[in-house]
Amino acid sequence: MNPKPYMNPYLAGVLLGLLLTATIFITGRGLGASGAVKSATVATVTTVAPSHAAASKYYNEYQEEHPDGALKNWLVFEVIGVVIGAFLSGLLSGRLALKLEHGPRSTSRMRFAGAILGGALFGLGAQLGRGCTSGAALSGMGVLSTGGLITMMAIFGGAYAFAYFFRKLWL
Amino acid sequence: MGPLVPDIIGPNLNFVVAILIGVAFGWILEQAGFSTSKKLVGLFYGYDFTVLRVFFTAGIVAMFGVIALQHFGLLDINLVYINPTFIWSALAGGLIMGLGFVIGGFCPGTSVCAAAIGKIDAMLFVAGSFLGVLLFAEGYPLFEELYKAGHWGSPQIFETTGIPKPLFVLLLTTVALVAFWAVSLIEARVNGEKRPFIQLTRVSVTAAAVGGLIAVSGFALPAEKDVLLSRTAHIDAETRGRIPTMTVDEFAFRLLDDDPRLQVVDFRSSDAIKHLPLPHATAFTLDNLFEKEPMQLFVKKNMVNIIVADDERSELRMAAIARELGHDNVRILEGGLAAFERDILRFDTSSVPESRAAVDTHRFRARARRELPALIAVQQAAPAAPKVIKRAVGGC
Repeated sequence: MNPKPYMNPYLAGVLLGLLLTATIFITGRGLGASGAVKSATVATVTTVAPSHAAASKYYNEYQEEHPDGALKNWLVFEVIGVVIGAFLSGLLSGRLALKLEHGPRSTSRMRFAGAILGGALFGLGAQLGRGCTSGAALSGMGVLSTGGLITMMAIFGGAYAFAYFFRKLWL
Repeated sequence: MGPLVPDIIGPNLNFVVAILIGVAFGWILEQAGFSTSKKLVGLFYGYDFTVLRVFFTAGIVAMFGVIALQHFGLLDINLVYINPTFIWSALAGGLIMGLGFVIGGFCPGTSVCAAAIGKIDAMLFVAGSFLGVLLFAEGYPLFEELYKAGHWGSPQIFETTGIPKPLFVLLLTTVALVAFWAVSLIEARVNGEKRPFIQLTRVSVTAAAVGGLIAVSGFALPAEKDVLLSRTAHIDAETRGRIPTMTVDEFAFRLLDDDPRLQVVDFRSSDAIKHLPLPHATAFTLDNLFEKEPMQLFVKKNMVNIIVADDERSELRMAAIARELGHDNVRILEGGLAAFERDILRFDTSSVPESRAAVDTHRFRARARRELPALIAVQQAAPAAPKVIKRAVGGC
């Protein structure tokens, strides 16, 4: 089956905007993603190395803020939903396939390293910036939060600033 | 009134809602093409601006949506999570994320979405993001100072910049439209193909119409709050006749009796309240009447809600608004607190009762004058804790 074409970007934008509005109306908070990674990481560390976590300030602060436990978190459930939704969409549009995508002049090995390094940087940056493209930039724009808009400009500004140096990965 | 969590949708049902919202989120991201890194980074090399179109449109639509909900009194923004501003960590974190974006080709949300349809690079990105969080957690003592520096609270952009909200919204919308036009030119040049900027398809026209309607309604129609305020602006004898009252004697009696059902809704200035704090009282402002959390007070059943202010006229206005908002169980204090002070707290004990019936009143007022100051002194010694608004917890 040939993959179906992607949705019109403006239509997708309107749908995403309406979804974000509905989310804020229902739950009082926006969308997110990196928070679920944080929850999973904290849950793993506190389970695997409880004594280490107990001695570390970060995990203690996190547990103080999340007394119900790291995994009983709104974003964890939301991201489970994202996996389901994306999978269904890929299934219905004929885009389910195991593959490693990389630029024409790049190699699988470079892509392998780049994806892990990029993920690590994004994960680290999202902690420092208190949210990623979804939680800080998009949701922040919806409620016109100063911090969210600054983070958004820093993410995209930073990406443009660094893009030239990594063009070999993509072009 | 929104947000529906936690009182209409409980915390556990909220997790079910989270999954459903996530399904829609993942579906939209995948349909938009965010499940491939090639399309995502096209934004930074000029060959595919899908991300900018989707992202900017979504942000603008949500911005107008939230403004419209607020405007029609359907959403109390005081309960909505506004991302806090920590200026230095926002900038540093954002730059690091930008670097991660061009190296990794995804952001956290899109990587989960792409991993779900089998992209191996996305799975690696997700694994990498765990490492990044771990690195932050383990290196927290190193990052902590930067992480917590430059805290500005949780302002909205028009508060920070001083640009009026409608103007800012207009500016941002204009920037978005110009950007959509500009990137289509860039895309055409980079890819060497010519496509019209706007195609008047049924989809694009519908999308624009929906957006336009929401946008216009949030500004053009009068705000729910203003409508109500103007409807209750006129206070006359008819208003007075509609609203149940409480005599100063009954009020004094309930205070002395320490009546557990009594809820005094105090509309005086904070200075006046400090001077004469009342037991069982909650400080209130006109704005509080339109906010979700303070109004929980009026929802409690079987309570005696009494609105007090310095004068009866102010009480009538507030009571009229409360009744318009659907809270019928409110009474006002006859003559306002001015009458209460005159007839009870400074009751002239030397006056002679005019009739036999007035003797009882005289005796009661004399007792109230003796005993109430002690209750007020207790309030003065232990001022009420400042109200803390419980916002939704959000962010990543």
